[in-house]
Amino acid sequence: MSVTETPKVASPERKWVGKSVRRVEDPKFLRGRGGYVGDFTLPGMLHVAVLRSPHAHARIVSIDVGQARSLRGVAAVLTGADAAQLCDPMPDFGPDPASHTWRCLAHEKVRYVGEGVAVVVAESRYVAEDAVELIDVEYEPLPVLVDPAEALVPGAPLVHEPLGSNVAYDRTFDFGEVERDFAEADLVVRDRLRWRRSGGQPLETVGSVADYDPASGMMTVHTNSVSFTSYLFMVAGTLKIPANKLDINPLPAGGSFGSKLFATKPTVIAGMCSKVTGRPVSYIEDRVDNISNCDHHGSDRLYDVELAVMRDGTLRGIKIDTIDDYGAYIQFGVGHHGNALAQVVGPYRIGSVQYRVRAVLTNKNQQGAYRGFGSEVNNWMLECVVDKAAREIGMDPVELRRKNFIQPDQFPYFIPTGNVYDSGDYDAVLDKALELGEYRHWRSEQQRLAAQGRHIGIGLITCQERSVFSATEFWFWFDEPGAPVTSMPESVTLKIDATGGVTATLYSCAFWGNSPETMVAQLAAEEFDVDPHDVTVAYQGTNQGLPATGPGGSRTTVMLAGAVKGASGKIKDKARQAAAHMLEISPDDLEWVGGGYQVKGLPDRRKSLAEIAVALHLFKHGFPDEVESGLEESKVYDHPYTTMPSDDRSDLGVFYPFMGHACHVAVVEVDVQTGQVTFPHYAAVHDCGTLVNPRSLAGHIVGGTAQGIGTALYEELVYDAEGQLVTSSFMDYLMPSAMEVPEIAIGHHETPSPYTSHGIKGGGEGGRMMAPAAINVAVNDALAPLGARITTLPMTPERILAAIDAANARPAG
Amino acid sequence: MPETPMSPTPMSQRHRITVTVNGQSHEREVESRRLLVDFLRDDLHLKGAHIGCEHGVCGTCTVLCNGESIRSCITFAVQADGAEITTVEALASGAVLHPLQEAFWEKQGLQCGFCTPGMLLRAYEMLQRDPDPDAATVREGIASNLCRCTGYQFIVDAVLDGAERMRAGASAAAASGSAETVDS
Repeated sequence: MSVTETPKVASPERKWVGKSVRRVEDPKFLRGRGGYVGDFTLPGMLHVAVLRSPHAHARIVSIDVGQARSLRGVAAVLTGADAAQLCDPMPDFGPDPASHTWRCLAHEKVRYVGEGVAVVVAESRYVAEDAVELIDVEYEPLPVLVDPAEALVPGAPLVHEPLGSNVAYDRTFDFGEVERDFAEADLVVRDRLRWRRSGGQPLETVGSVADYDPASGMMTVHTNSVSFTSYLFMVAGTLKIPANKLDINPLPAGGSFGSKLFATKPTVIAGMCSKVTGRPVSYIEDRVDNISNCDHHGSDRLYDVELAVMRDGTLRGIKIDTIDDYGAYIQFGVGHHGNALAQVVGPYRIGSVQYRVRAVLTNKNQQGAYRGFGSEVNNWMLECVVDKAAREIGMDPVELRRKNFIQPDQFPYFIPTGNVYDSGDYDAVLDKALELGEYRHWRSEQQRLAAQGRHIGIGLITCQERSVFSATEFWFWFDEPGAPVTSMPESVTLKIDATGGVTATLYSCAFWGNSPETMVAQLAAEEFDVDPHDVTVAYQGTNQGLPATGPGGSRTTVMLAGAVKGASGKIKDKARQAAAHMLEISPDDLEWVGGGYQVKGLPDRRKSLAEIAVALHLFKHGFPDEVESGLEESKVYDHPYTTMPSDDRSDLGVFYPFMGHACHVAVVEVDVQTGQVTFPHYAAVHDCGTLVNPRSLAGHIVGGTAQGIGTALYEELVYDAEGQLVTSSFMDYLMPSAMEVPEIAIGHHETPSPYTSHGIKGGGEGGRMMAPAAINVAVNDALAPLGARITTLPMTPERILAAIDAANARPAG
Repeated sequence: MPETPMSPTPMSQRHRITVTVNGQSHEREVESRRLLVDFLRDDLHLKGAHIGCEHGVCGTCTVLCNGESIRSCITFAVQADGAEITTVEALASGAVLHPLQEAFWEKQGLQCGFCTPGMLLRAYEMLQRDPDPDAATVREGIASNLCRCTGYQFIVDAVLDGAERMRAGASAAAASGSAETVDS
């Protein structure tokens, strides 16, 4: 294993880490001066509108853009054929991009409703949209695939002819002695589960302002997406420009939830249009663009699962067979299932795993990234089947879980897939959740209210929250190693100015509604004994920037903490040398106390950071030759713990090691007349290692839980039999309002990671990784006396009533 | 975005309107179809009203029109002719945040900040009518506006805290004989 960072011991004497300080990001947002992409303008800027396909699958026979081009105020109209000349295919991490080529606009045929067909560039968005109306496209409709099971049938219409089928990926992995465990099991619990597609739906869409300078060949972009700066050569390749001529400058994102990880279409379209017109071009998706043609559609899976169980409750092995409906393209490959495999056995000592994944292509928008990236679906599947097992063997569901927990003395614990869980204390989290969730109270209420004909259900689930991905999960699917282990770096530059003021510079599109600036400010404040609100946080464009990966996979805080620690260490080393010279004493005799270096045991012989800084900035000649002016250092911090998969892929290596854990207790009441679900109580206890800012983590927990409530009960991207997206507006795609989200009781537990700075683990996705499982288990608990069980999300009133009706229709016994 | 003259249609006919925004009167010529949110953002450079769903559901474009919250993304600028519009930019006075903004900061009633201007104005409107609401009333009151980040809990906390701060400010102002208004 390649542990590159020495395990650190958590310090009990932290000044700023662990405090719920006000976020440093907030004053500009509170004033309406956020500086989002929609607020960004350049002189002479043009605006783009996109014509989208009304067909799910059709050949483009002809496109007439004559009228659109002649409209006053229109600068350019480009069709998919033009775009195919101007741009290479889109950056694609899929299994075999050449056989399912993805372009910024559809070329020759459209593969889903909403796919871009042509763009208009005009003096205003109003004129651009007028001109879009004037484009005349002749389509020849083709047979449509919306059901992934039908897409598997031989002879089905093909979404991509060069692929020869609609299966982009199909492989079965065995980890551990699966067949032995199933042969020795007392019983096998089987389940068939369906998780339907929902999406991140940030209130701000994705947008990009591109400015191409034909003189220098430089493409300068301002956007709220595209964080993987090390991968920008791929975007440059699509735009057919050298990678060192692309400079992407981050703007704050008005929500992402994963969707703005690497949303490259707006940047490619704006860049292409700027190249053609020679003027700055803004393309900001409207809501229909964003819902129907985006990177935030989440997993869309059918599971057949088998769990090998002993009568005493011991969980032995699990067989998972999943079909995932990826839509028309597969830009992130099956990385979503890598996420699932990082924590596939949950917090349990399940000794063996069989995992089959079939990635199927259909006539829908492609999947992207949505909070959990596929691991939330695995959490839900596992908890549903574990809960079913408890019912089948007649064991208390809490005790069954507790019996199978990995124990504190077993960490670091390697699960059958090869990933490691760094640390944890699952009993402690469970105990706290039982208390905060008022579990006993609600069990007795459940009985009391049942006598009144009311249906209360309690869902207690215990799940993992992996954090800090290594991108091996994108390539270990194939026998040929794509690369050595991936480093996925994050960088920070710290500058101490001549007055001792601290400025931190970040290099990715780090702000999505998370708190990267507050994190860096608190972490730097911890190092230099300043107030976090006195730290200035800045961003640097990619061309002059350092390697960065940005948010995603709950990595930001851990990686920024490593970078801040590294850069601070370099600054303190230099400051110590300088202070020693100024005080005419050995550096070894100095210690850092209260914002400066002082002679050990002599507090009045000291130099503050400001005194050292002014000397280093202005009076370099007072120092030895090797000392350079200034006090600024950078740290490129690489993934601290990741290992190679084995050649036969029976062991995938360590790729998601910092393992958070949570227990949610959802108490629901189901109205069996209307199918409505309400929450008399809800509690969430999370362990994300050392907390930097408890309130900002609590915000993630509540917000993620609200999204999980949406996933569990309301939200679904519905395609009808013709492939029409029925839920293409916020009128139809139902997101929870303040009336649907209950007050959440939040608990924190801290089991520090032995491998990260301060012992921090990531925690940005946890709420949504837990809530769907908790709510489904709770609803099933409420419906159990009726003999009904829900196995499809979202649990809409129609599905709940249908399950009750089906149970009533079954003969008793 | 700048407007461009094009062939005259009913929706591109131009009208002269006078709108008072945050206490300042503006006279402009606009197309019939020009949306109030574009008028505020692009003609008056007030970027606080955000464009979220563009069909009146999410509430990020919320502004006050004669003291009542409206969706500026489904309101034409010509409909605001003669009206008094209040945007989030009116809340803070110079360096000093409004007590409601202070409460949102203290309670972390925001994450990405995109819904925040609309949420602040909706809460402000609500507190003008009911200065001392309970949590359930606040939840119902802000259900008009979507937030995708916070799960609303800390927004509810913030509005309750803001209400307390505003009541304290109002009684202090009453004691000293001055009155605080958002349009000042």
